[in-house]
Amino acid sequence: MSFLAISGVTKSFGGLPAVDNVSLEVPRGEFFALLGPSGCGKTTLLRMIAGFETPDSGTIAIDGEMMNTVPPHLRPTNMVFQSYAIFPHLNVFDNIAYGLRKLKLPKDALRAKVDAMLATVRLEGLGGRAADQLSGGQRQRVALARALVREPKILLLDEPLGALDKRLREAMQLELRALQRKVGITFVLVTHDQEEALSLSDRVAVMEGGRILQIATPGGLYERPNSRAVADFIGEINFFHATVRDMTGETAYVNAGVLGILALPAANLASGIKAGDHILLAIRPEHIVFAPSGVAGEIVASTFLGERSHFHIRIPGRSETVVVSGTPPTGAVHLAFNLEKLIGLPADR
Amino acid sequence: MKNSRSSSEAVAHKKIALSAYAFAYLAFLYVPVLVLPIFSFNNSEFIAFPLSGFTTRWYAGLAADTAMHHALGNSLKVGLATALLSTLLGLTAAKAVTRYRLLGAGPALAFISLPLFIPDIVLGISLLLLLGATELPLSLAAVVMGHLLVCVPFALTVLIARFEGFDKNLEEASADLGENGWMTFWRVTFPLMMPGITASLLLTFITSFDEFLVAYFLSGTEATLPIYIWGQLRFPERLPMVLALGAIILTASVALVVLAEYVRNLGVKKPMVGA
Repeated sequence: MSFLAISGVTKSFGGLPAVDNVSLEVPRGEFFALLGPSGCGKTTLLRMIAGFETPDSGTIAIDGEMMNTVPPHLRPTNMVFQSYAIFPHLNVFDNIAYGLRKLKLPKDALRAKVDAMLATVRLEGLGGRAADQLSGGQRQRVALARALVREPKILLLDEPLGALDKRLREAMQLELRALQRKVGITFVLVTHDQEEALSLSDRVAVMEGGRILQIATPGGLYERPNSRAVADFIGEINFFHATVRDMTGETAYVNAGVLGILALPAANLASGIKAGDHILLAIRPEHIVFAPSGVAGEIVASTFLGERSHFHIRIPGRSETVVVSGTPPTGAVHLAFNLEKLIGLPADR
Repeated sequence: MKNSRSSSEAVAHKKIALSAYAFAYLAFLYVPVLVLPIFSFNNSEFIAFPLSGFTTRWYAGLAADTAMHHALGNSLKVGLATALLSTLLGLTAAKAVTRYRLLGAGPALAFISLPLFIPDIVLGISLLLLLGATELPLSLAAVVMGHLLVCVPFALTVLIARFEGFDKNLEEASADLGENGWMTFWRVTFPLMMPGITASLLLTFITSFDEFLVAYFLSGTEATLPIYIWGQLRFPERLPMVLALGAIILTASVALVVLAEYVRNLGVKKPMVGA
């Protein structure tokens, strides 16, 4: 059994399912992200792992122990709240020491432990600071330290970077990743920011409407999304309606309308797709290149993204533009598609 | 230029008019009350201008009045009991209303607040009838029960506002950090509620201490201070002493209300919610 094992968990509020028959497994030491738009059930799932909500059905086990009936204060988890929930009547030191009362440490040992944790989150010397004299980034570090000092089996993070401005958020992302490697604790992160999920985590579960759409590594999600929803949610992508004409061993022949008939690796089609099926072909902008010959089109718009640009190309016989990254020639353009990177998704989901 | 000068003159006129209005308003509110301390130091049995010299003999008379002391003792007992009980009831109800999804919380709150809108005289008579019908004796305990009806809504209002003022994640964070409900209450909820609890104690105490009608109907032979004062009004020669007593109560009440407001605002300036 995995370190964190969630099996068939469902939770409804007032008859509406917030989490709908979710199962997932997280091995020890992994940085795992729950990614999805607000209202997708990711926070409810996190709160069920922490014990603040009870599943209507299904089981949650941590390190082989069933957690369903264990109250929050007895679970081997700690949480970094979205609001940080720093105790306003306690200073930084007492906030971090809050969860250590039951250890009944001698004063010196307690001080040493808290000071070490202050150093870990780079807040040395700020133990005496009052809670209301902290910046956003400092509050976030105090919340992290307060949870980590208890050495939980799993650290739960609810949109921990959401309240920070962009630059601080990027700096904290790097720090959070380094911190997780250092302490080796299993992290489960909830976020609606796909960039954050992809850059921080070992694996990501994409959620929508209370269900998990796909669980994969960041690279896997990006290169091989299993559905239109996942492909759309993560990064920029182009879709083409197509029909599978024939499948012979390693190769699939697909009629892609304006793109003509293409031969692509059969492994690029989602499982279950067979000859005759109507499918969606998906391809990322960087896998389409400007070439001397190929599908003819004209540039109608461009988006400057810093280190690269996206060009929106209109091609005859298609209402949506095709998004391409790269450097276009002047005048008319021709597009070449990297067939190895074209993937086929079911058209119905 | 001319235009801007005349407009700044208009602003100045407006300011003077507003200040005058504010002064008149305050005078209307406080001049009647000031009569009390002024005549309590007046060396005459008759309450009339011109004043006839300074004296503290009315205050000295109060110090020797054992019946008054007994009534004061009764009022303090009733006030303390009412303050503690209504704050305790208010605290538990406020936590229930703000922390849990309760069926019928809205109507329940409305019912709890209803006694505020029932005239005290109606409340007093109905409680008197109830005591008669159940053959319970008129007593200070009965007065406390009556005062609870009036004071619990005050306590509840103050305490709900305080509960809503702090992030309920703080209580969850405490549970998350290993403390059960009881310890969470003492380590997080209670310290954060302290200003609200203090304010509630002071407000309910004053409300009970000043209350006349319900106490008049229910106290039986044990007079509270307002009932004692009402009794003294039959003796014109004792009126200046009543004024002295009134002046003392007035000063103490104002001091308590100011203290309650000060305590209630403690910590409000600090952000109670994260980020």
